[in-house]
Amino acid sequence: MPARIALAGNPNSGKTTLFNTLTGSSQYVGNWPGVTIEKKEGKLRSDTYRDAAIVDLPGIYSLSPYTLEEVVARDYLIDEKPDAIINIVDGSNLERNLYLTTQLAELGIPMVVAVNMMDIVEKSGDRINLDKLSERLGCPVTGISALRKTGIADAVNKAVELAERKTPMVPRHRFSDEVEQAIASIEELLGDKVEERHRRWTAIKIFERDIKVMERMDPDDNLRERIEDIIKSCETAMDDDPESIITNERYLYIASIIKDCCRKKSNGKMTTSDKIDRVVTNRWLALPIFALVMFAVYYVSVTTVGTWVTDWTNDVLFGEIIPPAMESFLSSIGTASWLQSLILDGIVAGVGAVLGFVPQMLVLFLFLALLEDCGYMARVAFIMDRIFRKFGLSGKSFIPMLIGSGCGVPGIMASRTIENDRDRRMTIMVTTFIPCSAKMPVIALIAGALFGGAWWVAPSAYFAGVAAIISSGIILKKTRIFAGDPAPFVMELPPYHRPVAGNVFRSMWERSWSFIKKAGTVILLSTIVVWLMSGFGIVDGRLAMVEDANDSFLSRIGGAIAPIFAPLGWGFWQAAVASITGLVAKENVVGTLGILFGFAEVAEDGVEIWGLLASSFTALSAYSFLLFNLLCAPCFAAIGAIRREMNSAKWTWIAIGYQTLFAYGVAMCIYQLGMLFAGNGFGIGTAAAILALALFLYLLIRPDKAKGTKPRGTVPVV
Amino acid sequence: MVLKDVACGSTVKVQKIIGQGAVKRRIMDMGITKGTELFVRKVAPLGDPMEITVRGYELSLRKADAEMIEVE
Repeated sequence: MPARIALAGNPNSGKTTLFNTLTGSSQYVGNWPGVTIEKKEGKLRSDTYRDAAIVDLPGIYSLSPYTLEEVVARDYLIDEKPDAIINIVDGSNLERNLYLTTQLAELGIPMVVAVNMMDIVEKSGDRINLDKLSERLGCPVTGISALRKTGIADAVNKAVELAERKTPMVPRHRFSDEVEQAIASIEELLGDKVEERHRRWTAIKIFERDIKVMERMDPDDNLRERIEDIIKSCETAMDDDPESIITNERYLYIASIIKDCCRKKSNGKMTTSDKIDRVVTNRWLALPIFALVMFAVYYVSVTTVGTWVTDWTNDVLFGEIIPPAMESFLSSIGTASWLQSLILDGIVAGVGAVLGFVPQMLVLFLFLALLEDCGYMARVAFIMDRIFRKFGLSGKSFIPMLIGSGCGVPGIMASRTIENDRDRRMTIMVTTFIPCSAKMPVIALIAGALFGGAWWVAPSAYFAGVAAIISSGIILKKTRIFAGDPAPFVMELPPYHRPVAGNVFRSMWERSWSFIKKAGTVILLSTIVVWLMSGFGIVDGRLAMVEDANDSFLSRIGGAIAPIFAPLGWGFWQAAVASITGLVAKENVVGTLGILFGFAEVAEDGVEIWGLLASSFTALSAYSFLLFNLLCAPCFAAIGAIRREMNSAKWTWIAIGYQTLFAYGVAMCIYQLGMLFAGNGFGIGTAAAILALALFLYLLIRPDKAKGTKPRGTVPVV
Repeated sequence: MVLKDVACGSTVKVQKIIGQGAVKRRIMDMGITKGTELFVRKVAPLGDPMEITVRGYELSLRKADAEMIEVE
């Protein structure tokens, strides 16, 4: 079996570039089990390197138990037992990068340290003595430049050799005597409970009172007590908590290494990155520049290029070219009409719905990759953090929501740039509250039919969307599923640099492809189901294809569920069915109402049925219908994207369940309370609405339990 | 004095980090330990978070978290 090598390092250390160079096209991108963190694996390129498989660990700063990335990485290193580690460190930021190195070294796994960006280090006039560094760390150290592809073969071959020889890593670093004594006593107590090579690491973690490692050991009460005694006595002797003692000593050790191995040519000159940053995050210029960048991203990926290609794929390719060609082909080979309809209206339409989003997504992901790679994305979080953290979101949530106003699908996918798992989930859940472009026809229909085209209907829809996001953020962050302190916003602002074309295009393609694969299945399946439901029905006592939409299963289902919407003021089956077909694509609401009211085809804003709608709806019930359809579960494409990004069926259901409930509550309150104010008396519906409103207000203003009772930072993030 | 109240453009030395758990660990993991020199570069346009230079790189942290760092 070829050796398995894990690639570990800090974010922004050039890990991605190195991984791409090492594996070329033989990459597999997936997720770590059960979490939304990306997992990349690949084989070393056989033409240049020895035979080995390589796993890219998440970019991490430490092996603490507090962030999901770090837990994923350390669990992999302990449980999956890779044969060697390549630890990539940024030579231009050696001090902080070596901090992780000191922790990886203790795992006992054979390790090579690859000091990246040697070209930059040399150009700046700094010197790093790699031989001395190797001696101090106790493992081979090589200088590389992932970007210029120098020194890589040497580093990799050394790692493969170590893996084959199974030379365990023996760290040279010793803590102060008191700490070493405590660690030795814990190691002794652990004995055979831990594999020998991981024993030191485990003992140090237990000394740090690492809950996760402690749980794995599952010590009995006696052992637990003896360990606690050891920690306590050391704690008293050194007058600090064990985590701080260890961290302090690590950095002291690193400082001594740096003093030994590095010669910095200290020039007071500002680097180019400093100069850029002075303008880009300048107190006065930062917001205008931010607005300009966001406008450019939105304008190109949503308004212009993105829409052109998406419209072309939807209207021309999957409207005028493929369906007629398929149709004549299917007719020529004599396909049954129901099969023809399944293929054309079900499958082709479903595939088209998936592929239609891809061009737009490629454009958007190109921008996101550029923003991430050049270092601006971190500044977006820096600039917007103040506003968004109030609602339990991240500064980076701004981009998904902005994109979401064009289309929720790429908006949800854009949440990928948010590192924190909880912030990302929350962003995914609320992004589609913003009216997307497909909801515009619905707004136009209601505004035109019931409100005489009043100017305020569309702005009020956006206002409702923003209000829904803000209140959901506040409500959700207090619930148990999102409980705990907000993730500490202690974030590196990496230096700006020119984006690497290979990384940008690869990231763009990977993200789009993962959408096609995962979201595609959800979209395809659900369009086929809706096609079946709307095309078939019971006619004259038997199952048959229906001519009249009123006979279909869909209309029966609509009739059956219509009473559910009675408290919302539109408990008739046409409106219920329209809401269901809105799940395929929100603009379908207009077309479906058109068909159900007896028109074969209606204009985009459904002007033909305005009169009929005005007689079925009141202004109030129409507005409630509008709000429900804007806020409830998004279209299948967006649900597919949610499924892809949540990487969990449970969380997908939580998201769309929450959205639909929220929409129902809002629509009911608007309708019922509106009726009450219009002088229609007090009924059961009014009582339900007042209860819902009271519950909403309670959830909104109740104190945050996690904040009040526990001191800051005691709740682990995971 | 705590880091939150340090004026932009000044350099301070870490005395102590108050608090415990995830936030404290994260702050220390990023290299803010006892005796480290911090240079306060700037504050974000909306007044929070702040940007500091520590161990030769740029780090941003919220003022709420900067309150946990005692400096001189």
